[in-house]
Amino acid sequence: MNVNGDALTTAGLCKNFGALSVVIDVNFVLPHGCRHALIGPNGSGKTTLINLIGGALTPTAGKMYLEGEDITHLTADQRVSRGLARTFQINTLFPRLTPIEAVTMVVAQRRGIGASLWRSLKRSSDTIDEAYEILTQLHLADDCDRPTAQLAYGRQRLLEIALALAARPKVLLLDEPAAGVPQQQSGEILSVISDLPDDIAVLFIEHDIDLVFRFAERITVLVAGRILCEGTPAEIAADPEVRRIYLGDEVHV
Amino acid sequence: MTAIEIPAPAPVVTPQERAHKVFAFTSRWRWEEIAFWVVAALSILIFPTHLVLIAQVLITGLFALSFDLLVGYAGIPSLGHAAFFGIGAYTAGLLARAGWTEPISGLLIAALVAGIAGFALSVVVSRLTGIGLIMITLGVGLLLYEAAHSARGITGGDDGLSGINIAPIFGHFQFDFYGKTAVVYTYVVVFLLYLLARRIVNSPFGLEMKGIRENVRRVPAIGIPLRKRYMVVFTVSAAFAGVAGALLGQITQTVALSALSFDRSAAALIMVMIGGMGTLIGALVGAAAYMVAQDRLSDLNPVYWNFWVGLLLVLFVLFARGGLIGGVDRLIVWIRSKRKKS
Amino acid sequence: MILGNLLYIIFSGVAYGVLLFLMSAGLAVTQGLMRFANLAHAAFAMLGGYLAVTLMNSYGWPFLLTLPIAALGTALFAGTLERLLFRRFYNVSQLYQIMLTVGIVSMSVASVTFIWGSVNQPVRMPSYLSGSIQVGNFDIDVYRLFLIVAGGLVVWALIWGIDSTSFGAKVRAAVDNRRVTSSCGINVDRLFMTAFFIGSALAGLGGALSVNLVGLSPTFALDFLAYVLIVVTLGGHGSMKGALVAALLLGVVDVAGKYYVPQTGPFIIYALTVVVLFWRPHGLFAKA
Repeated sequence: MNVNGDALTTAGLCKNFGALSVVIDVNFVLPHGCRHALIGPNGSGKTTLINLIGGALTPTAGKMYLEGEDITHLTADQRVSRGLARTFQINTLFPRLTPIEAVTMVVAQRRGIGASLWRSLKRSSDTIDEAYEILTQLHLADDCDRPTAQLAYGRQRLLEIALALAARPKVLLLDEPAAGVPQQQSGEILSVISDLPDDIAVLFIEHDIDLVFRFAERITVLVAGRILCEGTPAEIAADPEVRRIYLGDEVHV
Repeated sequence: MTAIEIPAPAPVVTPQERAHKVFAFTSRWRWEEIAFWVVAALSILIFPTHLVLIAQVLITGLFALSFDLLVGYAGIPSLGHAAFFGIGAYTAGLLARAGWTEPISGLLIAALVAGIAGFALSVVVSRLTGIGLIMITLGVGLLLYEAAHSARGITGGDDGLSGINIAPIFGHFQFDFYGKTAVVYTYVVVFLLYLLARRIVNSPFGLEMKGIRENVRRVPAIGIPLRKRYMVVFTVSAAFAGVAGALLGQITQTVALSALSFDRSAAALIMVMIGGMGTLIGALVGAAAYMVAQDRLSDLNPVYWNFWVGLLLVLFVLFARGGLIGGVDRLIVWIRSKRKKS
Repeated sequence: MILGNLLYIIFSGVAYGVLLFLMSAGLAVTQGLMRFANLAHAAFAMLGGYLAVTLMNSYGWPFLLTLPIAALGTALFAGTLERLLFRRFYNVSQLYQIMLTVGIVSMSVASVTFIWGSVNQPVRMPSYLSGSIQVGNFDIDVYRLFLIVAGGLVVWALIWGIDSTSFGAKVRAAVDNRRVTSSCGINVDRLFMTAFFIGSALAGLGGALSVNLVGLSPTFALDFLAYVLIVVTLGGHGSMKGALVAALLLGVVDVAGKYYVPQTGPFIIYALTVVVLFWRPHGLFAKA
């Protein structure tokens, strides 16, 4: 198995909680720059898979490789510094910090000055400017100085993505980026995702079929912890198994 | 909690400038800070009979400050912080008794020893959260107290250490029990450490501490090694507490078991809550309020004191989570909004 | 006789452990259920003790009758506190929960000192619960035997309740995953209120039972806070059985410590706890 050519590879990944097997023998490949969707019924293990890849959970078995490097035993923060970032399905933000502070934190850590007790943040203009840049890309420039808790949910969701992007990842894991966002605000999230740089490989979990078919180059279907099938959107839409289990018989592509 | 008061944007301020202003704003010198240090300095001159109280306020303030770094900035609950105060006090005392009477190096060594203890604790504690963490910090504090109590040979047990002689500062300024030299010495040391604390909380590390406080779950997911940061926070916080303890030992020339007591840990909690968590100056203001009140009400039955302080704590937690400093912030915001309307 | 001493220590330790369990069980459940850091729990036990003592000494009630009253009175007090104060803090940072409950402890200790003074409360057990009986070569302390038997019954009922009743099942489910449980239509808020009530009753009962064994003074609320926290932490989040094992272990180790190395005081307990937690941060019986 050649792991070097791809951005992210998992081999035989398993996760059990006691007697409950949540992720079973997942062999998954994410090529560079690919836009890959992970879909499946509720409880099929999608978020657990993201947690395993991100490092929040340790696998019961199996391995994971990031650009050819074995990351199976690395902690979450170590994976981030090697270029793997994730977002959370439910906003996991810093309520009393402003977006600019939160993103500056990530940028500072990436730049290697995060541990400095002596450096003055106020004077770290480059770092702040880079953070501001990222917020601008995410349409958050105007809200940069308001406490996160005061932002609308849709804007918080954008910040969720901003935090991950600030780490300049090569692989980005998005856990239901549009979840909980009201219709009128989800347009922004869609445009942000489509504007993501081409060199970042993106794996995203989504329930919104529109989003999936709009952005995904490839789709993996996860059912009861196992990969059911994988392919292009057209292939997946046409697959009778998938239609039966997940999409329902009356989908129109 | 401090309300973040947004400076009214003038028409030409761009969002980018507003972004930079956030950091300027959070690191600004508040008028409360300037007022505190000016008032403290003036008090030394104007109230020569109250030097004991002033010194106690400064020392306890430093201890509360060290606690604020842990609790207010990093959000780590601890009920055994007095352990580091006591370690610093006993270190300074034992050093002096052993013949090492130079005061400033005594402080540095006390800071070092306390810092090492903080580091050691962090190694255990960084794996725990919530009630386990509280329990361990409580346990360690009680443990140390019991150990010090038993080790009469080293600590003097119930009687404590006495006869601590301190050499003149810079070979020139002679110490006198709670005298002017001692108080000025305390003021300078605490002020310098205050400046250092300000530097730390306004650094990238300080921002990461706030991140840990606001959402510890997110922190490793953005690339920050949580355990390492815990270790630094504990070490720094413990070192600051150690200096406070050493100061007390040096200027009172005694060290008592109360330096390690749970009461002292609980008092830090109260002071920081009353003053305002996560503001640094809140710790000093809270300490001042607490010590001055305790001084004024010293002939009161301790039962009453404990009851009212407990009640105060409950009321603050219910209605005034930002403490006195937070209250002042809210007042200013309210006044400004009223002014805008008229 | 070494064996005799050992048996005595185990016997005494188990009695003490049963007591510690009664005082801690409530906290284990409420901590697991709502992640609420209730540092006032030992103060509840203290209240139970003072209720029992007052009924006995000032009103001449027989000891056994004071027990249910102590439990009920404590539960009512704690339950009121929960409804009025604590429930506002369930989703708030644990820091504030600690501050709140520390404030309550402070007020409790002060109130108790004010009403009853700071001396140890004198208490006298009825004759059928005092002294010791001879079994073979051993002198068995009657009160400790009573603790083991009566306490054991309560423990058995508790474990049965947690394992076999629908209430117990709901509690276990909510400890495991509060969000999913409430989305199943179970009123977690009311569940917690009931669990808190029962847990505080147990604490009050434990406090009342402990007076004869460890004495009662205002320092009880803090002295036993450490022990209760140790039991809950070692037992693992929300695990009653874990708390039971931890309490029994703690009881035996504490008695053994006091017997073999009395001069070190509670040092051994604290030191061992620190060591155990370093090795097993989530308690002795934590799941992955």
